[in-house]
Amino acid sequence: MKEKFSTIISSCVPLPMENIDTDQIIPARFLKATSREGFGDNLFRDWRFDKEGNPISSFALNDPAYSGCVLVAGKNFGSGSSREHAAWAIHDYGFRVVVSSFFADIHKQNELNSFVLPVTVSEDFLAGLFASIAADPFTKVKVDLPSQTITNLATGKSEKFDINPYKKQCLSEGLDDVEYLLSRRDDIERFEASRQH
Amino acid sequence: MPKTLFDKIWDAHVVNHIPDGPDQLYIDRHYCHEVTSPQAFDGLRRRGIRVMRPERTICSPDHNIPTLRQDLPINDPVSRNQVDTLLRNASEFGLTLFGLMHPKNGIIHVIGPENGLTLPGQTLVCGDSHTSTHGALGAVAFGIGTSEVEMVLASQCIIQPKPKKMRITVDGRPSDGVTAKDIALYIISRMTTGGATGYFVEYAGEAIRSLSMEGRMTLCNMSIEMGARGGMIAPDETTFAYIKGREYAPKGDEWDKALAYWRTLHTDDGAVFDAEVHFDAADIEPRITFGTNPGMGIGITERIPAPDPADEQGRISYDKALEYMGFKTGECLIGTPVDYVFLGSCTNGRIEDFRAFANFVKGRKKAPGVTAWLVPGSWSVDRQIRAEGIDRILEEAGFDLRQPGCSACLAMNDDKIPAGKLAVSTSNRNFEGRQGPGARTILAGPLVAAAAAVTGKITDPRTL
Repeated sequence: MKEKFSTIISSCVPLPMENIDTDQIIPARFLKATSREGFGDNLFRDWRFDKEGNPISSFALNDPAYSGCVLVAGKNFGSGSSREHAAWAIHDYGFRVVVSSFFADIHKQNELNSFVLPVTVSEDFLAGLFASIAADPFTKVKVDLPSQTITNLATGKSEKFDINPYKKQCLSEGLDDVEYLLSRRDDIERFEASRQH
Repeated sequence: MPKTLFDKIWDAHVVNHIPDGPDQLYIDRHYCHEVTSPQAFDGLRRRGIRVMRPERTICSPDHNIPTLRQDLPINDPVSRNQVDTLLRNASEFGLTLFGLMHPKNGIIHVIGPENGLTLPGQTLVCGDSHTSTHGALGAVAFGIGTSEVEMVLASQCIIQPKPKKMRITVDGRPSDGVTAKDIALYIISRMTTGGATGYFVEYAGEAIRSLSMEGRMTLCNMSIEMGARGGMIAPDETTFAYIKGREYAPKGDEWDKALAYWRTLHTDDGAVFDAEVHFDAADIEPRITFGTNPGMGIGITERIPAPDPADEQGRISYDKALEYMGFKTGECLIGTPVDYVFLGSCTNGRIEDFRAFANFVKGRKKAPGVTAWLVPGSWSVDRQIRAEGIDRILEEAGFDLRQPGCSACLAMNDDKIPAGKLAVSTSNRNFEGRQGPGARTILAGPLVAAAAAVTGKITDPRTL
């Protein structure tokens, strides 16, 4: 899963709904695998397929008009269960960026740890982007990690987004938190030795 | 400078501040279940490393396990493999495991406190969002993803941005028939499903102080359902009395030393929160949900409210939720026929919940059309139920007990609510398909569940 993240220009897949929880992103019955691969097949499983397993044509992921590696969703994306499988499913399906006006905490962290970039934008920017996509499904966005900006290429509207410098460096250079922590072993042992409680 | 309870514990566990970045936080206690850990153990093998502090991690399978005939191999081969993988990983890395049929097995958030493994002042994590439960004992406890599980196994630390702080104060005493679950559902519906995102919550006020430890666990458990990173309650005499004598709790001089420290764990006068919210217990009645997130709730006698017409995306989600549930704006749900009742889960699978349910159904009979699943949160809860004779009361009223596990909370095991059926569930989530594809969930406390079980419909428990 280690890759380096820089600038992406892509069309978008829109999900203009609020509070999309991780049970919808990947239902619990698909969490039984013991590896990280293959979860993309069941991304949004119960919104994407009917009981017989046929694609539901009205759902955005099944609509041939929409493509690209940027998912755009309503506020409070990724609420509920802490399952990192949701972020793996998003990544495995082919998304590299999720744009929303608001992310649930654990899921946001899980995306960052799975090399998916969560981009938090203003409500105005999000509404504008949904409107652009509704008018033209091929609407593209440019997501530039080095300058921390996202641009709606249909309107030219641009916005800065936040990411802490540590995580930005991890994504840009393909670094991993565990490597970092293992390099701090002396600090950890010093901390343990100094504790009073 | 005056500090909040949360700051006292968090700050005491920071190993490094990463400049302009998150904290490297030391973790005292780590719980592991079978669903979110296999890929983390794979990571250790790939890196060729061991678990840094094996004594700090406790494993228990709970999500995939059947709640009948646990002495037999698990039927579903995929579930069996996941449970077996946890057993193999615990053995390979030298971790304590309470496996199937072990007297200490149960839902990880039930067995931690009841064995004295969860203690005040700890930092505590698990690859499970309901880890917030353990905040009831005055710990900083929160759910993490699998990458973070690997961090804890590898280094006993995680990299974590420090959340903001919120205090939710509930004044006054809850009235009769109002349980901790009703308080939780009330707070969540007022805050909305994402209203506490970015915050760590401390619960305070008379209504919170008056709760038992079980009630406090129910409340803290649900913190994640309003998006909070965690929820906690300052430890007090109720906490200390609960912990004393439990197997892994400190003993003798260690106990005295621990107690002296625990008594310092409270928010100082004058400490500042990023947000303060106040509620009055007198406004809370027994609660139910009507939609597909835990924030979509009402008092049991209230009508389903209309959505905000100004919020376009919100209205799309709202309409989708009501369509899924088969309910209409303005409808009162009292009298709605119920197919299933589920008592259990890390939210309401503790002894107090079974006492409340049994006390209510005593002398009554289960309604004929209702399938009721009563699932203790652990074998310890099961033993207590039998020791108190609660099993006999339930049996006389027409209810059977099942074996401990997560059961119908999340449809990963055999206990699934069939499509279209309506369940009154004491668990924590009413998301679409949470209890099985197409299943419809009304969240409630143990008394509303008991009233539904004996009447076969949504019933205000105060009227029986």
